[in-house]
Amino acid sequence: MDASAERKLWMYEKMIEIREYEETMAKVYLEGKLPPAIQKGLAFDIGGGPVPGEMHLAAGQEPVAVGVCAHLRNEDTVVGTHRPHHFAIAKGVPLKPMTAEMFGKDTGLGRGKGGHMHLFDPTHKFSCSGIIGASLPPACGAALAAKKRGKDWVAVAFFGDGAANQGSFHESLNLAALWRLPVLFVCEDNKYAISVEKSESTSVPWNASRASAYGMPGVLVQNNDALEVFRAAGVAVERARRGEGPTLLEVKTDRYLGHFQGDPETYRPKGEIEELRRNDPIPRLGEHLRQQGLLDDAADKALRERVSARVAEAYEYGRASPYPKPEDALLHVFN
Amino acid sequence: MSTTRTLTMAAAIAEAISQEIARDPNVFVMGEDIGKYGGIFGATGGLLAAHGKERIVDTPISETAFIGAAIGAAAEGMRPIVELMFVDFFGVCMDMIYNHMAKNTYMSGGNIRLPVVLMTAIGGGYNDAAQHSQCLYGTFAHMPGLKVVVPSNAYDAKGLMTQAIRDDNPVLFMFHKGIMGLPWMAYFEGSTTEVPEAAYTLPFGQAKVVRSGGDVSVVTLSQMVHKALIAAQQLAEAGIDAEVLDLRTLVPLDRAAVLASVRKTGRLLVVDEDYLSFGVSGEIAALVAENLDTVALKAPVRRLAVPDVPIPYSRPLERFVIPQVDAIVRTVRDLMDARQPARAAQ
Repeated sequence: MDASAERKLWMYEKMIEIREYEETMAKVYLEGKLPPAIQKGLAFDIGGGPVPGEMHLAAGQEPVAVGVCAHLRNEDTVVGTHRPHHFAIAKGVPLKPMTAEMFGKDTGLGRGKGGHMHLFDPTHKFSCSGIIGASLPPACGAALAAKKRGKDWVAVAFFGDGAANQGSFHESLNLAALWRLPVLFVCEDNKYAISVEKSESTSVPWNASRASAYGMPGVLVQNNDALEVFRAAGVAVERARRGEGPTLLEVKTDRYLGHFQGDPETYRPKGEIEELRRNDPIPRLGEHLRQQGLLDDAADKALRERVSARVAEAYEYGRASPYPKPEDALLHVFN
Repeated sequence: MSTTRTLTMAAAIAEAISQEIARDPNVFVMGEDIGKYGGIFGATGGLLAAHGKERIVDTPISETAFIGAAIGAAAEGMRPIVELMFVDFFGVCMDMIYNHMAKNTYMSGGNIRLPVVLMTAIGGGYNDAAQHSQCLYGTFAHMPGLKVVVPSNAYDAKGLMTQAIRDDNPVLFMFHKGIMGLPWMAYFEGSTTEVPEAAYTLPFGQAKVVRSGGDVSVVTLSQMVHKALIAAQQLAEAGIDAEVLDLRTLVPLDRAAVLASVRKTGRLLVVDEDYLSFGVSGEIAALVAENLDTVALKAPVRRLAVPDVPIPYSRPLERFVIPQVDAIVRTVRDLMDARQPARAAQ
């Protein structure tokens, strides 16, 4: 199934939004973390600035998020990873409370208790986790709940190629196939588990081939391309909605930034990032839209201005929002 | 008036679950051998026949997957009960229990509700060795985010299980194998009690004085309640009047009940089947130490617990490390003989 004009334009706009969000964060994150503002002798201070802690950005991996989420409704559940912004944005999590959470503010999704790896938005049915391979079991549970209630809702677990060597991956694939759960397992293969290349960690060339061990379809999308992901995900989502069970979808994608911001990336071959960026999926989709007569310069400019305003507004909101009261740390252990 | 009958703790737990399944379409049970087998320790006996496979779901031996699935289903508004066969097995799925079930509510700023009951068997006394005999409630009570329920008898177990299922938070419900009333394991008969047929709840955080006394407070829980009661009877024959306090839940902990009892008796013995160091017995002792401005002790605090070794297999070894009735009697007698700390310091 090819994407409609409306879905194509939605994916294009969301990819631009994700890219702008991540590139903005890459700059904001560095505030207060570099000399001379930090302890003498340090090159970088991870705990400094308005957005402290680790920061994992997804620039380059946008096609995975938008190609899958373009098929989802609000009732469908998405569970993301430690690198979650692209999934959250594509699932419809509002930028303002999401950004405020990263600034540690009281207006954040988790009132400043989660931070960027732990975003919970029950209204838009999005969550994520800082633990590798932890998205799959809860996604099975969301799918189980939908099935028990007789709904045609689906659940999506996103995870990286590194997670496919975790026990949770294998347990979850078996469980979902056994119970024919309406779930998509979407593996983002960006080639690296932090610094270790897939070829040095994984016994098979493609994780999609592992699906056959669990009696489910395994589909490999070789190109970091939103339209290709959309087509493959469409088949899997429809299969799940029809009650025919799970699918393992693997997408070969590219991480343009470090594993985390501040990653020296000494494991990257020289010139790799420049090479990857030559295959940028955003201008490629833009060119396709122009060829189809769905986009012209004026529309592109208007779209980009709209996105920039949204992203800027979210960052201003996050920055300006109040911190929680220190003693609020004692709240919310239980409901 | 509700009819009562005598039930084992296993049957009482199963009855609580059965009534909640009938009451709320969101409640279901998942776990290993909880269907046809009825749970290795009987906590789901008869439920499959009564409620069918949609509500009583046998799982693969994939604790990470099915406990994680319980988290995902609970976030969607279901109320899953999952059984982890032995608490000793938590190591294979601790990430789902501790990094997710226990923390997601907090990290979401209270936006996520996870009404999951994780039930599991604890305790030794039948020579099953170090990987099948631990209590470990102290480990889970130590880490924020889980309510921890450790009943000692059928009546409490039914009311606390019903409360656990209706709670909007994750509850770890830990039943000691040696008080379940199983036909294949010796048990303390005091755990089999009159239980009302109708559903009822018992609030968390309310300890129970199971024997009132004026000389010494024996603070304990789970199977040790029964050993403490037997010891108290022997002590009564020697003229020592022991009070036995059953904590019933560790999170929340009824601190007021502990302090009230120790204020009354002036002496404290904590009896615990978990490991000695960094655990429940230390917490209770610290509670009293922090309140010495209002608690007058007549003797130092004493603790009986597993002396920081894994649970050994061989019968004499296991009996040595797990507190027994005679050790409780002996320790209380020592306490009664002990001089006041202030005098001891002189």
